[in-house]
Amino acid sequence: MAERVMMKGNEAVAEGAIRAGCRYFFGYPITPQNEVPEYMSRRLPKIGGVFIQAESEVSAINMVYGAGGAGGRAMTSSSSPGISLKQEGISYIATAEVPCVIVNMARGGPGLGGLTPSQSDYFQAVKGGGHGDYHLIVLAPWSVQEMVDLVGLAFDLADKYRNPAMILGDAILGQMMEPVTFKSEPIDPKDLPAKPWATVGLSGERKPNLINSLGLLPEHLESINLRLQEKYKKIAENEVRFEGTDVDDADLVVVAYGTTSRVAKSAIDQARKDGKKVGLFRPITLWPFPTKQIQELAAAGKRFLVVEMSAGQMVEDVRLAVNGEASVEFFGKLNGAIPTVEEVYREIMSRF
Amino acid sequence: MELDAIFAGFGGQGVMLMGQLIAYGGMHAGLNVSWFPSYGPEMRGGTANCSVVLSDGVVGSPVVARPQVLVAMNKPSLEKFEAKVKPGGFIFYNASLIDTKPTRTDVYVVPVHANEIAAELGNDKVGNMVMLGAILAATEILSVDDIMVSLKKILPERRHHLLPLNEQAIRRGMEVVTAM
Repeated sequence: MAERVMMKGNEAVAEGAIRAGCRYFFGYPITPQNEVPEYMSRRLPKIGGVFIQAESEVSAINMVYGAGGAGGRAMTSSSSPGISLKQEGISYIATAEVPCVIVNMARGGPGLGGLTPSQSDYFQAVKGGGHGDYHLIVLAPWSVQEMVDLVGLAFDLADKYRNPAMILGDAILGQMMEPVTFKSEPIDPKDLPAKPWATVGLSGERKPNLINSLGLLPEHLESINLRLQEKYKKIAENEVRFEGTDVDDADLVVVAYGTTSRVAKSAIDQARKDGKKVGLFRPITLWPFPTKQIQELAAAGKRFLVVEMSAGQMVEDVRLAVNGEASVEFFGKLNGAIPTVEEVYREIMSRF
Repeated sequence: MELDAIFAGFGGQGVMLMGQLIAYGGMHAGLNVSWFPSYGPEMRGGTANCSVVLSDGVVGSPVVARPQVLVAMNKPSLEKFEAKVKPGGFIFYNASLIDTKPTRTDVYVVPVHANEIAAELGNDKVGNMVMLGAILAATEILSVDDIMVSLKKILPERRHHLLPLNEQAIRRGMEVVTAM
């Protein structure tokens, strides 16, 4: 097995991206994700890549649009208020079907908010965020190891579907250190599959490629939207990822992602010791959401407790999946602190 | 096996490094570990702290609310976290800077004159390593070797001449406990 190295989540997502063949990074500083651009600024110039600290988030996301449109594996990272500023660009990128990866190490909102971890950007990440009918592929790591694993997957899925992908972390996952193993050899961008749609110059050999998000003629715009919806359907059918722990015999299923799912895991372990039949269902893709899997659990007679660091956002997707067939309750924290193991344990125990 | 610890003190007392060394040492010993710093406004005055979890299973919450081990390098840290230590756990406190004893009677209390011992060793900055030594001796969670291997990794090469001093500080901290 490869050596374990200790890394912060922010550094791991950056190193994971580089190993996935990312050579173009554009960003603008904001706490708590500054180690991402810091790491990229140190490494990328040494390996033939490009790092630019843009003059604003709006500029950075449009640089990603350009670099991705030219076929490179491009990334930007920010935290909640900065991600809000990027939304116009993200909508354009999604419409123009340019692959790229956007990292959000979410912090407390709304507004300028604070520096503490939060999951209150769930709606923004999975329901659009910018204007129009579009989707990002949204991956939610729960460990520093998954920062590495999922950012690689994000680039692969982005290329496969020509769709922007987002890593939705939070201040804790960005700042914490854990051992990481790099399981595979770094990818040389030259070895990645060709992108015949990219705008890299004609060389007199073909017609121009056009990358655009404009559809002034109604029929044209409709055809763009139909194509996008067709693609989203395919992604939803093929790319759902989740993890279930102790779910099979459980009466109560706790649904949580990211940092909160780790707290829930500790609380569930305690409740299991007390003989309570409780399990953890952890969505790894927040979009596409594991709707079918949750439906099946509801049909099997299980009850649900959704735990989030928000006023209740993912809980809506759980309720849509369950569609009234099971009880779905919610426990959330809003004050910028994460729920403690004891709190979640009490919430679980009060339901038996 | 699971150990939850909080290291707290003023910025500059080396509390983050202390926590990192325990985490690196745990990784060296083959355990699963996590290290999580407090950051933001707290870094600019008052107490800074970090949470460390060592486990032979999956590390759940990386943020420790009820530690088994509290390391308080200054008074505000002791005041903030004393009540949260689990019964049967440990409170290590820097008796050089904290003039009031912890009032808990259901935990092991270990006073360490970290600043004085560091000064005796000729370098004020190794107070954190003295404290670390006391933790190793009292909890027996990791060996001096686990820590020294880790320190060698973290410390830039140009600072490697400080390794013997750090080891000396750790051993002096251990003596504090064995003399108790």
